[in-house]
Amino acid sequence: MNGFLVNAILYILAAIICVPLAKKLGMGSVLGYLIAGILIGPYLLGFITNEGQGQDIMHATEFGVVMMLFLIGLELEPKNLWKMRQLILKVGLSQVLITSALVFGIGILFEVQWQISLAIGLSMALSSTAIVLQSLKEKNQMNGPNGRLSFGVLLMQDIAVIPILALLPLLIIGDPILSTNASEMHGLIDSLPGWAQTLSIFGAIGIVVLLGQFGFGPLLNYVAKSRLRELFTASALLIVVGISFLMELVGLSPALGAFLAGVILANSPYRHALESDLEPFKGLLLGLFFMAVGSTINFSLIFNNATTVISLTMGIIVLKTVILMIIGKSRKLSLSDNLSFAIGLSQVGEFSFVTYAFALQLGIFDQSISDTLMAVTALSMTITPILMVVLDKVINPAINKTHKTIEKEMDSIEEHNKVILIGFGHFGSTLGRFLRANGVEATILDSDPDRVEYLRKMGFKVYFGDGTRADLLLSAGVMDASILISALDNTEYSIKLVELCKEEFPHLEVMIRAKNRYDAFELMEMGVKNIYREHLDTSIRMGEDLLKKLGFRAHTVHRLAKQFRDYDESALKVLVNFKDNTDEYISKSRQQIEMQESLLSGELMRKFSVNDHTWDSDSIKEAVNSEEKPAE
Amino acid sequence: MRKVLVLFAHPKFEHSEANQALIQAISGIENIEIRDLYELYPDFNISIQAEQEALFEAEIVIWHHPIYWYSCPPLMKQWIDLVLEFGWAYGPGGIYLKGKYIANAITSGGSQEAYQYDGRNNYKIEDFLRPFEQTARLCNMTYLPPFQVAGTHKISAFDLKKKAESYRKFLLELRDAADLSHFKNL
Repeated sequence: MNGFLVNAILYILAAIICVPLAKKLGMGSVLGYLIAGILIGPYLLGFITNEGQGQDIMHATEFGVVMMLFLIGLELEPKNLWKMRQLILKVGLSQVLITSALVFGIGILFEVQWQISLAIGLSMALSSTAIVLQSLKEKNQMNGPNGRLSFGVLLMQDIAVIPILALLPLLIIGDPILSTNASEMHGLIDSLPGWAQTLSIFGAIGIVVLLGQFGFGPLLNYVAKSRLRELFTASALLIVVGISFLMELVGLSPALGAFLAGVILANSPYRHALESDLEPFKGLLLGLFFMAVGSTINFSLIFNNATTVISLTMGIIVLKTVILMIIGKSRKLSLSDNLSFAIGLSQVGEFSFVTYAFALQLGIFDQSISDTLMAVTALSMTITPILMVVLDKVINPAINKTHKTIEKEMDSIEEHNKVILIGFGHFGSTLGRFLRANGVEATILDSDPDRVEYLRKMGFKVYFGDGTRADLLLSAGVMDASILISALDNTEYSIKLVELCKEEFPHLEVMIRAKNRYDAFELMEMGVKNIYREHLDTSIRMGEDLLKKLGFRAHTVHRLAKQFRDYDESALKVLVNFKDNTDEYISKSRQQIEMQESLLSGELMRKFSVNDHTWDSDSIKEAVNSEEKPAE
Repeated sequence: MRKVLVLFAHPKFEHSEANQALIQAISGIENIEIRDLYELYPDFNISIQAEQEALFEAEIVIWHHPIYWYSCPPLMKQWIDLVLEFGWAYGPGGIYLKGKYIANAITSGGSQEAYQYDGRNNYKIEDFLRPFEQTARLCNMTYLPPFQVAGTHKISAFDLKKKAESYRKFLLELRDAADLSHFKNL
């Protein structure tokens, strides 16, 4: 227990020191975590003494990658994924096949056994989903041309893991070291005949799709009704962990399964709530993961075999970069986009650690090959983020200076609306309908799971979640929005929301529903400009209709109503200054009401409004008559 | 430099290319104030006070509007009805507009040829604008000949640009010219 606490403190402290520093230097968080890992690893400060520990943490935190793909899936609706199928298939597949083939060929040239070369080739073809996607997200390039291409390649690589793991056992040359362990890696269905394995793989995917479509929604609805936030978070975790388990059972990549589930849930009302609940877990796990990678870099091995390790690392980075550059060129990426794409994906990925271990267990590799490859992989994962920094800071600015590139417009993966509407009860939904009728789409949040489901059925795109939470607003796209509307029926929440917006999102214009004039006062004092008292317009409209029924002319009543409302609004602005002093407030408001009434009743008594002499000939008649009288 | 007040009334400005071009050409110029009436008074509740204050400060007034059924859009008529009050704009004590200049700036779908005595509309545009002319006269203002963009359904982008430019020049001259008497006989 002590050891755990000490370790936790070490990791967290290293991260706190290195990551903000790295970000300040413009290097991105990934590199910061990696450096933190190296720092506390066995070769520098030596806080973490044995490598095995780092490896263990790495395996445990690989789960962060699974979560990340689940979250990415959440942002990608099925129809958008379908649009990307060409890209994934063509670009991704050619990258995996060409890279594997070339590495394999080079291995043969150096007279490495073909089985070993093939295993290395297949492992090296993969890139690091964790590093690449994290960096892209940080730089906000997920929707850019290179981001989409990178994503396509990474997705294909995740799919490629399945055949690679299936292929490795066929390459056994020596005696498997631990055959029982090896089969564990491969899931429980190995003992089944081939057709049954295939069947169970499809069965598992089918289960994920069915659960995503029909199972998770009711589960989340049930949990959300309990209004216990931690329970909702737990359910979100259950979904991801459960799918991972199922996928591992049939030997599929858990990341891929999680991604699939994410895509299916992208259309669900719980999308933003899931995103904001899982985001911190993902971040922590990935951070730990990168640190673990850093701490496993075997520097003594690198120094002892410096030429081999470094030339291998450089070789693989250059090779992958060149292949990716050619692919990027064929997809008409601009030079700077292409460089980001190619260098970004040029490292060997975390999944290779798994294949190395697997190949070692199967007896394809011996210990020294495996160690060397591990060092190469970890080193490449550290070097590419550094290269990216150089690229972003030095090379790309230079390229962009020489020829300005007009970026091709890509259809975006995420939809972000200018308007965020919080609260979708009777008030909010009327507003939402009006907006939609006029072609304005708003991102709508509501915290009543039943209502959300019901409105979804009626065709409204409502998301579940408490709109007064900053993280939820963030995942609902508050940074891209310009107006936030609170149609919440509880002004306390609205006030919380206004405070939150003032602090975190000052760029937003807020429009707030207020219950009555006392709530309006409070909002006015907070500096809210757009306040809508819910009863004002309805009661005046009712009054209008009443006056009409009593025989008033409709147009006159309409104008009087408008005047009354204007008076009321301006009176509010005066009265807010006196609201804390009860006596003064009462006398002031009595004065206001009297003024208002006298003005209005005066108009009625005189049977015309002060406003429009022209339509009343009284004054003209008077003048004309007085002129004419002397003449008579 | 005189102060120019453009009273602009178009119920669907966002769909009118001609008026967008015209308004754009005269926007942001010193001493040319544009009051977009349909934007200010969507419910026809014109603030008489605000309008009279704006009128009082200006020396040149432009009624800028499209021609609908040989007249102006209803809010412009409402404006005339309400703002030009008896005892303020005309009649006893109605001296506040005296000596100011006023003109119509109009866009019409019908062509110049249609607005002739032998044309489809049987009368010249000046004839249709008589009520405005007489309104001005009653208020002791000098009524100037209208600025017109005719045939807006068919106008080319190039011609429209030229027209917008000449509208700008027209207003600048009203703003700056030492003597306005020659305008009366245009």
